[in-house]
Amino acid sequence: MPEMRFGNAINKALSDAMAADPNVILLGEDIAAAGGPFKVTRSLADRFGVHRVYDTPISEAAIIGLGVGAAMTGLKPVVEIMFMDFVTLAMDQIVNQAAKARSMFGGQGSVPMTVRMPHGGGVSAGPQHSQCLEAWFAHVPGLKVLCPSNPADAYGLLRSAIDDPDPVIFVENKSLYAMKGEVPEDQGAIPIGKAAVVREGRDATIVAYGGVVSTAIKAAEELAKDAIDVEVLDLRSIQPWDEAAVLKSLSHTHRLVVAHEAVEAFGVGAEIVARIADVGFDELDGPIVRVGAPFAPVPFARSQEAEYRPTVNRIVSAIRRTLQ
Amino acid sequence: MSICPVPVEHLYESLLTIRRSEERLKSLFADGEVPGFVHLSIGQEAVPVGISASLRPSDTIASNHRGHGHALAKGIGLDGFFAEVMGRSTGICKGRGGSMHVADLSIGMLGANGIVGAGIPIAAGSALAHKVANTDHISVAYFGDGALAEGVLHETLNIASLWSLPMLFVCENNGWSEFSPTKRQMAASLEGLAAAFNIPYSKIDGNDVVIVAEAAARLIGKIRQGAGVQILECETTRVRGHFEGDKQDYREADELQGLNKRDPILNCRLRLEEAGRDETWFQEIEQKVADLIDGAVNQATAASEPDPMFLGEDVYTPFQEGAPNHA
Ligand SMILES: Cc1ncc(C[n+]2csc(CCOP(=O)(O)OP(=O)(O)O)c2C)c(N)n1
Repeated sequence: MPEMRFGNAINKALSDAMAADPNVILLGEDIAAAGGPFKVTRSLADRFGVHRVYDTPISEAAIIGLGVGAAMTGLKPVVEIMFMDFVTLAMDQIVNQAAKARSMFGGQGSVPMTVRMPHGGGVSAGPQHSQCLEAWFAHVPGLKVLCPSNPADAYGLLRSAIDDPDPVIFVENKSLYAMKGEVPEDQGAIPIGKAAVVREGRDATIVAYGGVVSTAIKAAEELAKDAIDVEVLDLRSIQPWDEAAVLKSLSHTHRLVVAHEAVEAFGVGAEIVARIADVGFDELDGPIVRVGAPFAPVPFARSQEAEYRPTVNRIVSAIRRTLQ
Repeated sequence: MSICPVPVEHLYESLLTIRRSEERLKSLFADGEVPGFVHLSIGQEAVPVGISASLRPSDTIASNHRGHGHALAKGIGLDGFFAEVMGRSTGICKGRGGSMHVADLSIGMLGANGIVGAGIPIAAGSALAHKVANTDHISVAYFGDGALAEGVLHETLNIASLWSLPMLFVCENNGWSEFSPTKRQMAASLEGLAAAFNIPYSKIDGNDVVIVAEAAARLIGKIRQGAGVQILECETTRVRGHFEGDKQDYREADELQGLNKRDPILNCRLRLEEAGRDETWFQEIEQKVADLIDGAVNQATAASEPDPMFLGEDVYTPFQEGAPNHA
């Protein structure tokens, strides 16, 4: 199986989707000639032309709005927001327009738009270029939210996002762009809403997504040295999330830790924990523990940022806590 | 020299349909039959009627909170319209949108909008889709002068001009931004913005439907031929309050009294009288419009409200067996 970097897998997904459907167009700042700030859209303008790949002005609200109108008129736009932090400028178009159109127009049509945005830290980009804001979108009825953890999933989930008839927020963890992984030649679309067990185990379950999945696997390997056998579930899809898969894993392990890079308070983990504490109460043999960022803006200094993001150590202690 | 693209009789009927529909909504609202906010466009009907005279069903429009006229002039059916505004299950949006979210995607009406300025980039995106599809369809963004203060208008003017999108920006300038005169809110004019973004600009009397229809025919014709984006500012009058129930104590008595002098329907009627239409003709049209509205209102009144059981419906596109993106 060919190895590919995460960023290249996204590039390939965009390229294959554009080749498969002439209605797929790309919009974003510096995405055509320059190939995007992380070079994810490199060469697509050469291959498909500037009438499929648009370098937009620095106008986040307008470009998402353009995506909404284009989607309502038959195209399948994929819009790039350069850093997830900048989506604040486009919230109306995402939350009040794209998310609502299907429902408030009585199901007459939907908005088949994908909005790609990198989140997360690890590059000392500071408080305005490192945030993980996916919980905001998961809270809004009408939006789907995906966050892949490896190149194959990045490819498969993005193909699904572009094909999906509804607006999809596609979140890419910046620290993953250089990650290498196998992407099968025939990698197809990966269904939205399905989690994957990436490591099997008996003693506890860690639910994670995006950049934290590999940290969770490292934590599991660490605990294996003490004969603690941890199962790691990669959520892949945050809205809708795979409650059945989490419950199934819990029914084997009876202990649960939820880990993500976003701020812990009021986050995706809080939702999962609340739900499992309700429908999975009988399966629980210990407290559910969350691992997320402290309630503070993302720091700039390396020392602080390293501790801000979930570390192997923090996940290891969370597992130990639930096993006590 | 432009020519009116459709007979003035048709324009008159369309003006009357919007006016009488809104007058009906006014009384239905007073009787508690219309939930929520209702922003009437009485006094402004000539703008959408004149513009729509050059639009086809394949052209698209995006509207704002005062969008009844835009929707009706684009061809939305009275039955679905009244049922929607009255919150019935038979509404064009199943009673989920109401007055501020009326849409009919089958005729290119991409929605009224509860957010000032928000329809503008949506119209531009639709214009982009027309361009990518290589058609001669065009898109219209309707907005009020209050939207001039929204950044998204400025962003969209820039992109539309830069990319030469096949779209018409139509500003209905009634001088008011909710309860404040726009001149107290805007340091710039639309003409100034047009110049700044390099977009051809015209300003007309928006209360004369023939003038609007002729201007629209000229501009839309140019856009269809590839001239790119155009701006049309229509000076018009908001006769009613910002919404129904607004006492308008912020407006001077003089202003309020003068409003009806610029009435677009009287204005159009005078033209038709000069052209020889007699009282009987006007009465026939009046009756025809009244019957259609009565029919729509009666149907809506008899229809049920949407069942709360279905309030989770249409959040997402229904799951389709075998679709690749669903498990
Ligand atoms: C973003 C936003 N801000 C404020 C409002 C409240 N609001 C609704 S209409 C309106 C005034 C709009 O004035 P204008 O665009 O001139 O339209 P008009 O009501 O005069 O037709 C305001 C402030 C809103 N709906 N959306």
